[in-house]
Amino acid sequence: MRNVRFRGLFAAAFGVLALSSGLAMAQAQQDDAEKEIERYRAMISDPMSNPGFLAVDRGEVLWAAKRGKKDVTLETCDLGEGPGKLDGAYAKLPRYFQDADRVMDIEQRLLWCMEKIQDLDTADVRRRRFGGPDYTSDMQDLVAFIANKSSGMKYQPQESHPKEKEMLAAGEALFFRRAGVMDFSCATCHGDDGKRIRLQALPNFSKAGKDAQDTMGGWPTYRVSQSQLRTMQHRLWDCYRQMRMPAPEYASDGITALTAYMVKMAAGGEITVPSIKR
Amino acid sequence: MKALFIASSLAASLVVLSGAAHAQQAAPTKIDPAVVDKYVESMWAKAPDPWKTVPVQDETQRICTETRNNPSQADFTKIMEREKASVVFPADGKVIGDWKAGERVANTGTGGQFTDGPNTPRGGNCYACHQMAPTELSYGTLGPSLQNYGKDRKFDPAEARNAYAKIYDAQAVFPCSQMPRFGLHKFLSEQQMKDAVAYLFDPESPVNK
Repeated sequence: MRNVRFRGLFAAAFGVLALSSGLAMAQAQQDDAEKEIERYRAMISDPMSNPGFLAVDRGEVLWAAKRGKKDVTLETCDLGEGPGKLDGAYAKLPRYFQDADRVMDIEQRLLWCMEKIQDLDTADVRRRRFGGPDYTSDMQDLVAFIANKSSGMKYQPQESHPKEKEMLAAGEALFFRRAGVMDFSCATCHGDDGKRIRLQALPNFSKAGKDAQDTMGGWPTYRVSQSQLRTMQHRLWDCYRQMRMPAPEYASDGITALTAYMVKMAAGGEITVPSIKR
Repeated sequence: MKALFIASSLAASLVVLSGAAHAQQAAPTKIDPAVVDKYVESMWAKAPDPWKTVPVQDETQRICTETRNNPSQADFTKIMEREKASVVFPADGKVIGDWKAGERVANTGTGGQFTDGPNTPRGGNCYACHQMAPTELSYGTLGPSLQNYGKDRKFDPAEARNAYAKIYDAQAVFPCSQMPRFGLHKFLSEQQMKDAVAYLFDPESPVNK
């Protein structure tokens, strides 16, 4: 009797061992693949050869260019740290702006400054919101320039104002909201640790920590596959495309809410931008 | 029996794993649903037809969202009954099509995106989330492995019918499952779903090799 029980235990233990060594092998293969990807990233992330810095340079020119009916520059635009103060501004966006009495992300704030300070008709700027093979995007370039002024700093989510609190809660709700023909939410793909789609690793954004920090710390980024500097605004547009949802409105409060939520999950994460990705 | 034991112990450990992962998530922040709707409208109120209504949730999506995919027992039963009633089986009762066409369904990840044309081929994109044929190494891990799916079920016709129902409407089998309801949303055609079932259940399919 005792012997039988012992044998049963042994068989069970052996089964678990066999199973876990199989899993361990698969895990080792995945770790190797990820190490290779990491090596590739390190290889291409040289600032001297990252084309994303061309966008930063174009953004610097645009920031100081006189435009609009008022023929003035954007240099008096307040991105939250005071008029014209760019250092660290991106690390604290989205945030509440008293003059507009609303929470804005970087795109919303830039458009607001163009319209209010320069009296610029932003129709053309909005049409070129995402750069293509034949044209650059002022918005992508300006975001690259301003975000780069927070490189080396850490994300500091803003949540003291009631409207910032609402924005964060809305972003969280949108993150977990299932809809559309795929029944997906953001959390379907980004709700657990260590998951992947095909071979692509998926960062977990359902909790604060390393995944969110590492991911947000690298946006905006130069996408090699698209030959474009891309912002988180574009990445979320692309996520909704893959989720088979309609194209989300550019610079809408929904995108700002999701960004605010993601920045909160990435609190304390170091910003190194523009990065370069596949 | 042994396979069953391993499968069930693996399933149990997966449940424990995913439970642990979710335990790290903070409790949902309270927010008035009307406020969330305002943000949803900010993104899609101007979407063109027929896209406009896509973000509107059905009752099942609403409950799964509200409960973060952990519905109460009562809601669980209600969803299951409602979704079960929505499943339409092929009129001739045959749920197994052509496994080679099914392989295309499993591999195709295009169609239905706002950048796709109306004639872009649609697929189930099964490999995005599931391991299937052992020869295909580019598979995702969001869903369980489906390797040897038919073989493990002894190619039982009743199991093939269950698989068709699962593809048609995953929530008829498990409420608030993360898997899309391909038939309910008419994302895949009846033939494509039959072919996907064949990919799982044909003894000649690489899934069972």
